[in-house]
This record gives sequence, C-alpha cells and structure tokens, in this order.
Amino acid sequence: MASYSTNEFRSGLKILLDRDPCIIVENEFVKPGKGQAFNRVRIRNLKTGRVVDKTFKSGESVEAADVVDTDMQYLYEDGDFWHFMVPDTFEQYAADANAVSDARQWLKEQDVCQVTLWNNSPLIVAPPNFVELTITETDPGVRGDTAQGGVKPAHLETGAVVRVPLFIEQGEVIRVDTRSGEYVSRVKD
Amino acid sequence: MSRGSRTDASLRDWRPGADRERLALRAEVLAGLRAWFSARGVMEVETPLLSPAGSSDPAIDSLETTLAGRSFFLHTSPEFAMKRLLAAGTGDIYQICRVFRAGEAGRRHNPEFTMLEYYRLGYDDRRLMDEVDELIRAVLGERQRLGPTVRLSYAAAMRRHAGIDPHGDATPALIDALWAADIDVPDSLVDDRDALLNLLLATVVEPRFDPSALTFLHDYPASQAALSRLRPGPPATAARFEVFLGGMEIANGFHELADAQEQGARFGQEARARAAAGRDCPPADRRLLAALAAGLPDCAGVAIGVDRLVMIAGGCETIDEALAFAIERA
Repeated sequence: MASYSTNEFRSGLKILLDRDPCIIVENEFVKPGKGQAFNRVRIRNLKTGRVVDKTFKSGESVEAADVVDTDMQYLYEDGDFWHFMVPDTFEQYAADANAVSDARQWLKEQDVCQVTLWNNSPLIVAPPNFVELTITETDPGVRGDTAQGGVKPAHLETGAVVRVPLFIEQGEVIRVDTRSGEYVSRVKD
Repeated sequence: MSRGSRTDASLRDWRPGADRERLALRAEVLAGLRAWFSARGVMEVETPLLSPAGSSDPAIDSLETTLAGRSFFLHTSPEFAMKRLLAAGTGDIYQICRVFRAGEAGRRHNPEFTMLEYYRLGYDDRRLMDEVDELIRAVLGERQRLGPTVRLSYAAAMRRHAGIDPHGDATPALIDALWAADIDVPDSLVDDRDALLNLLLATVVEPRFDPSALTFLHDYPASQAALSRLRPGPPATAARFEVFLGGMEIANGFHELADAQEQGARFGQEARARAAAGRDCPPADRRLLAALAAGLPDCAGVAIGVDRLVMIAGGCETIDEALAFAIERA
C-alpha cells in the first residue's frame, strides 16, 4: 500500500485516516527549539465533509487514499442517485447525494464531470469549471442597459440561481463559472 | 504551444522569494551583526560545513554526502567545531554560516538556513541573556519597536499558560492540558514526556507570548539540557534558554557543558534515543570529546536564527520572503 511521509504533506494530498479517505487542507510544520518536530494538519474527511485538526510526529507515515479522478458524462438523476458513465467504456456509476453535494445545481445531462472514485464508488463529483445553461425564470430584460452594472437573480434549468446583468432575458443561454457561481457571458446561438 | 510560454509556466519561480528591499535588509542585518561583534572584540571564524561526524541531537537529522568514498555530513550547527577552537585558546568567537537540517521545511523553516553562533568566555546563561537582548535590539533598531523584555522560567511559563508543572506532572496531566486546548495528541506520544512538553510549548504556550516583545525562557527541564550544564535542584534544571519574538523561536543558548565524561554519556543517551525512534545514528564527534578533555574554558554560547531576524525586521509572513531562494526555488 502506498504511503506518504509527513515530509510530503501539502494541501490537496489524499490520505487514509481511521480508514476514511481524507484530504489535507492545510499543513504546518512546528518545531519547538531542539525537540521533537510535529506537523499540525487540517484535514477534511471526504465521506462526511467533517474538518478536523490532527497532530503528527514529523517523520511518521500515513497511508495514501487510493482514489482515482475520472472524467464521466452525467446521465440522469433517479431521485436517490445521480448516474454517470465513462464515455470510452460505457461503465456506469451511481453517486449519492453526499458525493454530488453542491455540484448538483450545475449538473446538466451529457456534461462531462470529474468523478473521484474510492474503492470503485463515487466519492466526490466536480462539475465542469464552466457550464452553459438556459435561464428558466428572471425579471424582464431592460433594453439597452448593457453598461450600467446592475444585476438581478436568474433561475437556471438545473435549479441554480445566479446573478445576471439586467439586459439578460428569460430563455437565453448563459455561461457560468461553477467555482465562483458567477455569470460569465451570454451564449449566442 | 510555443517554447516561450512553456518556460513561463513551469519556471516562473526562477525569481527570488525576497524582493530587492528585503535582500538589502538582509545585507544590512549581516553587516550590522559583524560591526556589533567587531566593536566588542569578538573574532569571526569559519569552520567546515562537512564533518565525518553528524548531529547527535535526537530530533535533528543531518544530510549526508560522500567524498572520496568516505561519508561526510553537512553540519547542523557549527557548535562542535567552534568549541574545539575555544579549547585551543581563541577567546571569544562568532560565526555566521549556513547550516543544514534534513526534513525541516515549512512556513518558518528551510532545510538550509543562516545561523549566527557565538561564545563568550566567563559568561553564564544569565549574563548571555542580557547581551543577546542588547544584540537583538541593536540589530532590529528602529524597524521593530520592542516592548519590555519578558523573562520567565520554563516552569513559570508552563504554569501560567498551560496550567501544568513541567517538573512534577505525569503524562496524563500533560495530555489533559493539550486536550483542554483542543490539540490532538497522536498515540505515539502518550508515553513521551518531553515530546508532550514540546507540543504544549509549541501549540499552547508559545502562541501566548507577546509577539512584539522579546521573551526569554530559561531553566529548561534537565531532560532537555542538550549541550548545557545542569543546575542541581530540586528540581534539577538545565542552564539553557530560548528567545521568542514575533511568534517564533529565534535563539537558543547554553552555559556550555565542559565535562568530557558527561558529554560522552550524553552522546550515548542521544544515540540510544535515536535508535529507539528508528533514526540512523551518525558517528559522534570524538574530536569534540578530545577537546573537552583538554579543557574547554568556562563559557556560554548561543545560536540565533538570522533568517528569522530578517523576517521580523522585514515583516515577512514566510521564510521564503526573507531568502533569495528557499528550497522550492533552489
């Protein structure tokens, strides 16, 4: 089994802690004077989302979490699970609400997401950085107002609500950055 | 992709971590230190970075290299070689040099860093503390307004900030104090009294020191004497001090142990501790023992982290900002 020494700790590293896959959020090396050195590490449990602070003796090793990031196409949702498919192999995976988490509001059928697998089941679903979605509901557009910088809420086909410029109309397709949840541009057909 | 853009993306860190102003500040600090020692008649010396002996300290690892088929270690401190000079009759000496410590990298650590080490004949740890206070104030000068210096014994600091007695309390009380401060304690530490004290010092006690005043912590537990003399108790304490400023440790000093036999015994203890912790045991410095046997003058010595002084003077968040090229850019 692969393992990491505390010397290799950095944010983003995925490790196994109490048999759960976890990700290092923050790592600080502390060494008081001439004594034992420690790594004070902030860790997020990828199954529960819980964040804890752990202390490691520097030089200790921790088991690596055997996780794989795979690009998959989003297929559909059946009420309990969100279904994904690996385009090359047609292999299908079902992700639960925990794995989909905040990504659900951006999931549009056929879009390619990054699915992190652990023990061959989906652990985290990351939506594409940019998605193009249709506005299902928003206040009527204000013509000619392309420079004023005012905004209004708009409901998208996937359920997300984003703030858009006043000139945007219902039924239009817009491009959104899923990392910030911000409107990027109008998509012309 | 063009060749130019590829270089830009992968080698953007060719630039120094310290900006021009901080590089100039660093040069100024080094010049200030040299002028300060020169005015006091302390002689600058240079000793080898490579030695056939490695660090004996249970928690410091040396980097190893080979030369003509023989194993050599990059020094982790110039202490042993400088004591040999003192035993040979140099009088007061100082050195400013790079030292190397494997595995020490972080916001305030770089595996190679600049150390100022100096020795004063006829001083004990108390008198050296007075002088180190003066030296740091002189070097930081107007850049850093320091509040009144705080001097605390190790026991008083632990009692005040962690509510424990470091000389008397057993390990469960230390673990309780860590838990009370929300510090997770790894299983491998539960029987290691000194490691628990170190964790308390680093995570509970040290953060409560005034960041804008010098804090001198003195009379360490005898079990953490390192290379200092012991003061008979009870409780026995070590004639060792550390200095803290800006939330960092910046100096460590001793009334130096001069007894060759006692030093030999400590090398043995340290080697056993290293072996028990699964660390390799480089050869001990037998020339140091020979020098002590020949006679080390009564003296006190201190090591000061120059990069950390630059961090404080330059308002740096990380050691990377105080160095031209920290290890990630080396």
